Amino acid sequence: MSDSSLENLPKGWKSVPSDLGSDQTAFKGVQWGKAMMWIFLLSDTFIFSCFLISYMKGRASTVVDWPNTSHVFSLDFMGVPVPLLLIAIMTFVLITSSGTMALAVKYGYEKNRKMCGHLILATAIGGLIFVGMQAFEWSKLIHEGVRPWSNPFGAGQFGSYFFMITGFHGTHVSIGVIFLFIFARKVYRGDFDTGRRGFFTTMKSDYVSIEILGLYWHFVDLVWVFIFAFFYLW
Amino acid sequence: MSENTEIDKNKEKPAQTHKIGIYLWIWGLLFVLSFFSYMVDWYQFQGILRWSLILFFMFLKAGLIMAFFMHLFWERYTLVNVLLWPMTAIACFVGLMVAEAKYTFFSRLIYFVLGG
Repeated sequence: MSDSSLENLPKGWKSVPSDLGSDQTAFKGVQWGKAMMWIFLLSDTFIFSCFLISYMKGRASTVVDWPNTSHVFSLDFMGVPVPLLLIAIMTFVLITSSGTMALAVKYGYEKNRKMCGHLILATAIGGLIFVGMQAFEWSKLIHEGVRPWSNPFGAGQFGSYFFMITGFHGTHVSIGVIFLFIFARKVYRGDFDTGRRGFFTTMKSDYVSIEILGLYWHFVDLVWVFIFAFFYLW
Repeated sequence: MSENTEIDKNKEKPAQTHKIGIYLWIWGLLFVLSFFSYMVDWYQFQGILRWSLILFFMFLKAGLIMAFFMHLFWERYTLVNVLLWPMTAIACFVGLMVAEAKYTFFSRLIYFVLGG
């Protein structure tokens, strides 16, 4: 916060009561769109938490053995089954795209139009690869007979949780990819340098939008961290 | 006039950018931590060791992403508090459902497996 108006405000814990009681914006130095994205992500956190908690409850309360995920999600590589190979690659792809997004935000604030555009495009392609691999994984499991109500590997609830949780996450990735492509075009066109007005809004474009888009994309990566840990590794 | 205030509102943002090194470091750390959590499965650690390692790497990765990629480390405490305190509600919910799952599990054992 090098904003001069923020320099004089209290720092640390003292800033909480003074910011909240300031009779104006509570989130000082946070553009309204960014605050709204954070509120949205908070509500999305609750949705994903409900899915993961219901998965935990379902898995902990079944008397039938849970499918061994490292076998279910293994992939043959040169004739040798490697456990969780595809999931590991998906994780690395998503982290890579998260990194390129973080750099895109940085270059956006530095008004480096070209680098910002390239990095957003790279992020979008990473997301696209992720969704593609997820589609491959879904079709593989469906061919092996995994259904939302039963599967050949163990407890019948496995399929419904798998399709629901990864499907909801995949939807988030897909929506993110669409927005990344739209914003890549906007950046290349120079909307954020000229302050060109958006399609749905009369507000002038600003590079803070890239940070807001980045928040969403990092959140998608964040959710995958939890899905990877609880659904695939546990 | 109204246009000027609109621009000024949009300017209300952290003007500072961070050195590229910090992003690359976090990026690298995330790769390493993901690799480690994959190794937990690779070496088939079981029991408490497996679960604690999974949780440790998971929370470390989540913390790094939120703090640095999502810039929470640099935000004012008001926003951080508003975002993190609701997580205690999720923790409570997890606790409730663990108890509920145990109850369902033992009911099923008694009525389905042992036959009442």
